[in-house]
Amino acid sequence: MTTDFKIVEEPKKPISMHPKKFALWLFIASVVMIFASLTSAYIVRQAEGNWLYFDLPAMFYTTSVVIILSSVSMQLAYWAAKKDQLSKVKNYIVITSILGIAFCVGQVLGWGELVASSVYLVGNPSGSFLYIITGLHAAHLISAIIFVIIVLIPTFRNKVHSGSLAQIEMCTTYWHFLGGLWLYLFVFLILNR
Amino acid sequence: MATVDLHTQTDVHHDDHDHEHEHHGNFWTNYIFCQDHKIIAKQFLITGIFWALLGGMLSVLFRLQLGFPEANLEWLRPILGGWITADGKIDTEFYLSLVTMHGTIMVFFVLTAGLSGTFSNFLIPLQVGARDMASGFMNMLSYWFFFLSSVIMFTSLFLSTGPASGGWTIYPPLSALPQAIEGSGLGMTLWLVAMALFIVSSLLGGINYITTIINMRTKGMAFTKMPLTIWAFLFTAIIGVLSFPVLFSAALLLIFDRSFGTSFFLSDIYIGGEALPNQGGSPVLFQHLFWFLGHPEVYIVLLPALGLSSEIIATNSRKPIFGYKAMVGSMLFIAILSFVVWAHHMFVTGMNPFLGSIFTLLTLIIAVPSAVKIFNYVATLWKGNIIFTPAMLFSIGLVSFFLTGGITGIFLGNSAIDIQLHDTYFVVAHFHLVMGSASFFGMMAGVYHWFPKMFGRMMDYKLGQLHFWISFVGVYMVFFPMHYIGIAGFPRRYYSWTNFETFNSFADLNMLVSMAAILTMVAQFIFLFNFFYSIFRGKPAPANPWNSNSLEWTTPRNPQHGNWPGEIPTVYRWPYDYSKPGSKEDFIPQHIPYSETPESNLPHENELIKLEMGEGAIVVESKKH
Repeated sequence: MTTDFKIVEEPKKPISMHPKKFALWLFIASVVMIFASLTSAYIVRQAEGNWLYFDLPAMFYTTSVVIILSSVSMQLAYWAAKKDQLSKVKNYIVITSILGIAFCVGQVLGWGELVASSVYLVGNPSGSFLYIITGLHAAHLISAIIFVIIVLIPTFRNKVHSGSLAQIEMCTTYWHFLGGLWLYLFVFLILNR
Repeated sequence: MATVDLHTQTDVHHDDHDHEHEHHGNFWTNYIFCQDHKIIAKQFLITGIFWALLGGMLSVLFRLQLGFPEANLEWLRPILGGWITADGKIDTEFYLSLVTMHGTIMVFFVLTAGLSGTFSNFLIPLQVGARDMASGFMNMLSYWFFFLSSVIMFTSLFLSTGPASGGWTIYPPLSALPQAIEGSGLGMTLWLVAMALFIVSSLLGGINYITTIINMRTKGMAFTKMPLTIWAFLFTAIIGVLSFPVLFSAALLLIFDRSFGTSFFLSDIYIGGEALPNQGGSPVLFQHLFWFLGHPEVYIVLLPALGLSSEIIATNSRKPIFGYKAMVGSMLFIAILSFVVWAHHMFVTGMNPFLGSIFTLLTLIIAVPSAVKIFNYVATLWKGNIIFTPAMLFSIGLVSFFLTGGITGIFLGNSAIDIQLHDTYFVVAHFHLVMGSASFFGMMAGVYHWFPKMFGRMMDYKLGQLHFWISFVGVYMVFFPMHYIGIAGFPRRYYSWTNFETFNSFADLNMLVSMAAILTMVAQFIFLFNFFYSIFRGKPAPANPWNSNSLEWTTPRNPQHGNWPGEIPTVYRWPYDYSKPGSKEDFIPQHIPYSETPESNLPHENELIKLEMGEGAIVVESKKH
């Protein structure tokens, strides 16, 4: 309602973003801090020596592809919602949640590979860090899957459309963030074994 | 995107329609699971007062031991039971629990939750002109997570093995191994669970505060027109959102070390000649993670107090705050620096001396913005028409503590001098003055100043002044002698010094400190009486008891949910137009347009009147929705 508002000195709302979207970005910032602290603790600890070298499980390459695909389908769901193509929204949202679950299952299988190659949670801190970092990321991804399922319910009641995008938009943002976070963690782990 | 924004706009403003009809809920929705920021603030305040009382009591207990090591404390047995030994002394491990819980309670539960939780919640919507927080539900969750955390921490006090006792900094391996000390068993587990919930609570709160300040300001409330309190809460919340997750990481790794057998912080430990299986951990790593939160935490505690006192000092000096932009700038600078000085807590952990000198340099730079703030406070007071309300006295007390405590920070921030002073009573004196007492006085100042808005009644003036003078003198009597004790080399957290010939000499000084501590504690009951009596029987407060400018005083005496019965006032000027030359009154509130005050306007402000005319058209426009 600020169409004819031209006064520079006294703007009505200097910055007016959807408060909940803004809050989501702040939450993302705090998640970034958790992983920044864990990965820097990893580097500091690694620099002290007595560090067991490990091979990342091949499964992590597969799950990386899975999470990229899930990001694509999430984005397609968002675009479909924007164009009011409700049946497509349903399909893409379902695909995204299945891919998300597949990612988590893949991570667990990856842990199985690690155990098979004698990298354990209890033992040299290198392995402990590996499990904690991937596990904490998976925990966040589970929270995102719950978020997707929360979006899924109004989708099947045809309530997600170009008129009410806030929820699916926030869900997309969070999903992309966790995908990007995984790629960062994966590259980080490859580079700092 | 245009359509999206349109819808979010209506989303944001739906509260504006709501406030027209009165909210009638039952007791549970009105007072317990309430989403109104004012009620949540009061919940935080009452819980904070409870914790402050408990934390203070614990300190009196260990001061009894330190000041009167020979005394028979048998009379405490009804309360402490088995923690009093057979010969009437405080149990040595329980002594460590006392200092640990005193620190934890005061730093987190009183000065973080009690201070930020109360005043950020109460003042942000009222001072920026919002109906409520961005998310009332998250705000409610924030309190109830804090409450749950409080319950768990409180429960840990009653364990047979005692609460956590490894110090509030919970350094491993002491905190990681139940064999090391009894408190590191279940007590430490509950401590970690309580703190995890506490972190969730403060993240929920902090995210809400930032969102509300940035997105929910009323018309005309530009950043440059925000009261300094709001700036302080904004920086506090940003620091919290960035640093509490790091404490979460540290706690998570510690939980895994304690319960799942990992070795992040443990290595080469022998207990009774037996080697533990843990290999390859680094206890210093924990200190890095902990202090990356721990140091910003100091400013999470201090900045809100500085914000509150800025507002109170300007109001009660009847003068504009001196150097508004410098105040904001120095708080921003302090907030940034708070993240790059953490290792000054770790000078004696064997760090590289070169790294030590870098952290010394960064630490000493904090003196610059701090000095700017003190200078601005003094310049605001200078030649003002000072009114010594209890709130004003406590604010001036804050400035005094901030100065005396800050000066010793310059000694401690120096990596060479810290070798002598580290973990002595000098440190205890330093942080109790600069962070503990200063923040506590800021909190008290805030309670006295905003009590009329919170409860619609006035607190007793004389009792407030009495409370201030006893507390002020008491705090200095407690902490000034500690500097000497510290320079003499007395280490903190020691149960007794009588076993050491060297440390026998200051028994009289310690006795003085203990008596002063008891006196200060007793003075707080004056406050408690005043507070609770005034809630019910205080003199009814006028709408604007301190003739203050900011928006909260434009609300009715007892604002309902939604704060303003009609439209939210528009803001035309900054909140510090006190004693403006030419003006009839010595204050002009923020919602008075320049067109109504031609007698006091400065030339460039007359220019703004034209813009206010344009503003009228907007008001008509915005009534449509």
